[in-house]
Amino acid sequence: MAVSTHDRSALIPLLQEVQVEMGYVPKEAISEISKELRVSTSDIFGVLTFYSQFRLNPTGKHMVKICSGTACHVRGAPLIIDAVEDELGLEDGNETTEDGEFTVEKVACFGACSLAPVVIVDETTKGNITPDQARRMVRKIIKAEAKKKKAEAANE
Amino acid sequence: MSNYVAIRKWADEEVSSQRADKARIAIGLGTCGIAAGGNAILEAAERTLANNEEIKADVVSVGCIGICYKEPLLDIEIPGQPRLSYGPVTPGETKKILENVFIHNIYEHKKALAVIDDDAFSEIPSWNEIPFFAPQERTVLRNCGFIDPEKIEDYIANDGYAGLSRALLDMTPEAVVKETLDAGLRGRGGAGFPAGRKWTIAADNIHTLRESQPDLPSYGYVICNADEGDPGAFMNRSVLEGDPHSVIEGMIIAGYAIGADYGYIYCRAEYPLAIDRLKLALEQAREKNLLGENILGTDFSFDIKLKEGAGAFVCGEETSLIASIEGDRGMPMPRPPYPAQSGLWGIPTIINNVETLNNIPVILSKGAAIWAEKGTEKSKGTKTFALTGKVENTGLIEVELGMSLRQVIYDIGGGIPDGKEFKAAQTGGPSGGCLPKEQLDLTIDYEALAEAGSIMGSGGLVIMDESTCMVDVARYFLTFTQFESCGKCVPCRLGTKRMLEILTRITEGKGKIEDLDALEELAPSIRDSSLCGLGQSAPNPVLTTLKYFRSEYEAHILDGRCPAGQCKALITYTIDKVDCVGCVVCLRACPVDAITGAKKEIHIIDTDICTRCDTCRQVCKFDAVLIDGNLL
Repeated sequence: MAVSTHDRSALIPLLQEVQVEMGYVPKEAISEISKELRVSTSDIFGVLTFYSQFRLNPTGKHMVKICSGTACHVRGAPLIIDAVEDELGLEDGNETTEDGEFTVEKVACFGACSLAPVVIVDETTKGNITPDQARRMVRKIIKAEAKKKKAEAANE
Repeated sequence: MSNYVAIRKWADEEVSSQRADKARIAIGLGTCGIAAGGNAILEAAERTLANNEEIKADVVSVGCIGICYKEPLLDIEIPGQPRLSYGPVTPGETKKILENVFIHNIYEHKKALAVIDDDAFSEIPSWNEIPFFAPQERTVLRNCGFIDPEKIEDYIANDGYAGLSRALLDMTPEAVVKETLDAGLRGRGGAGFPAGRKWTIAADNIHTLRESQPDLPSYGYVICNADEGDPGAFMNRSVLEGDPHSVIEGMIIAGYAIGADYGYIYCRAEYPLAIDRLKLALEQAREKNLLGENILGTDFSFDIKLKEGAGAFVCGEETSLIASIEGDRGMPMPRPPYPAQSGLWGIPTIINNVETLNNIPVILSKGAAIWAEKGTEKSKGTKTFALTGKVENTGLIEVELGMSLRQVIYDIGGGIPDGKEFKAAQTGGPSGGCLPKEQLDLTIDYEALAEAGSIMGSGGLVIMDESTCMVDVARYFLTFTQFESCGKCVPCRLGTKRMLEILTRITEGKGKIEDLDALEELAPSIRDSSLCGLGQSAPNPVLTTLKYFRSEYEAHILDGRCPAGQCKALITYTIDKVDCVGCVVCLRACPVDAITGAKKEIHIIDTDICTRCDTCRQVCKFDAVLIDGNLL
């Protein structure tokens, strides 16, 4: 059966659905979508890697999104990025920490420019943030996680 | 009675019955309102109402009125009284204000901002008297912050869908195209191509296609480009969140004018609230027969589908956007053929920006002549700008085209904070340029901005002060365009890379004076030979900074110095011996333990350990931390 051009347009929405569901697009999903739409896996991989929204690996448990828009940049976003990456020991362009606890994402622009610089940690949005405050936000989560782990260990 | 008259009657009745005997407490919950803590204000208002049974009011969320620096905003509307605005409010102040107004009849409060559209309270200024609003002209933002974006009756009761009704019931498609041409509306996405001309070309092509191939499923498409990708710009987001129906109405009118039967809104996935409100608005419009089959009882049928972008700046370019809707990598195609000739799936397609489409209903309901009264001879109407960066009053503004940059920055924006000097205004995002203080009296119109080396762009207006390094700004934009370059054509793919390498070298103190010649040689060839707008405009930030701020480049290269104190490789942090009181705050905050000293002893920074993270300077309460010996 030949696939009409209009089916092909379902590719990106399908990939988006998978990502919403799973947090990333796993290999198995690629081959399934490939069969469904009759689009080659290499073609799908091309689309996936073209758009910055898609992830091929799972994200960390906590998400730190740092806005790198122009307004944030001139109001100190690079210092925030350095501070958070330093706090989490992220190097060489890695986005996710080795223990899988954190993913740090630099976002093109949240469009909340009047509150620049802006950081979103999980569900909390913080505007006019300083590098020191950004470090504290991250530290607070690390502490809470450690406490949780300790409590779990004590229960066992 | 026509269908529209009936719908309008319904909307007016709905709105007046909702407002007649009940007060309204409105909280701005656009993305920025939420970021500023709007949800806590909403909760505080609801809690206050629950605890005070005598307060009878509806608590609603509205879009953004634009005065972002006063977020979160609390608005109170009591039947028979003008609307009052308070901000920025805390949850505690919210409770106090609500109790004062509703129980004690006291309207004054230190956070009272303005009376909207009235001057009944002498002690609180009318919003037209506030310097931020006074010079503004609101056409595009006519409804933002005033109507409930989730209620179609609010939009209709404010003349919504009146333009569509006039177009469909009283005008031929040709007359609608002519009205748009007469208005002189130019594309608000950046390039400024006349919308009416685009429509004329598409209408002709659709007509020819209908004649030659009578049984195609579709003959023309209208695409709304809502892929607002410029970093530092949020005009379209605010319109989509605060007045989604205006864009939908513009699309339906466009569809009728050119003879299209289907529309797509291509919206950034990063704007979840805009997407939700658009989805809801589309459903409501369908329900009221303003969208779908036989709109308003006429022969015209048109429907709209929402497509979420997946994060690619290049998809703001027409042909890339089409490729993306078709399910491909968003890479541009050589033009011609233009989309108006052969667009989505090879069918004639017009692509208009959110703001362009938002203007259409006004042009149709009020007439081209009235709409075109504002603006200059060649740049008609108004334009929204996201005024951000180092400016006192940040926010979303709308001004008549032809206003000077100085008026925007100093009258509306309130000047530069912290007593600093203005350095540059950046318009047009990564495709635009940086204008220096010599250009402050430049009028904002398409031609003047282009002549100065920048572009109108979609409306980002980022203000920079003396502590912004212009070489770093150029490097920032090149980092962006280089990352977003799709890689299809060589000049853009490699050219932006080479330019970025040079700029990075200069900011790291490794630049040579010949590098400036290389930049000036690369820039025009990238501009002239790239396939699409991304590459063609990518050199603009470099060219304008070189033109207006060459001495800053030279200071980096020849003196090994960053005059703005931003480029880490070229700056040193020291502590002033006179101002330091030995409070140990910086010492404790330093993440790399580069600061030595003790309580009541002058602290010293070890510059070999120092990572120039700026933490010490930000935490010091005595302004004792200096960069290159200067207080920034």
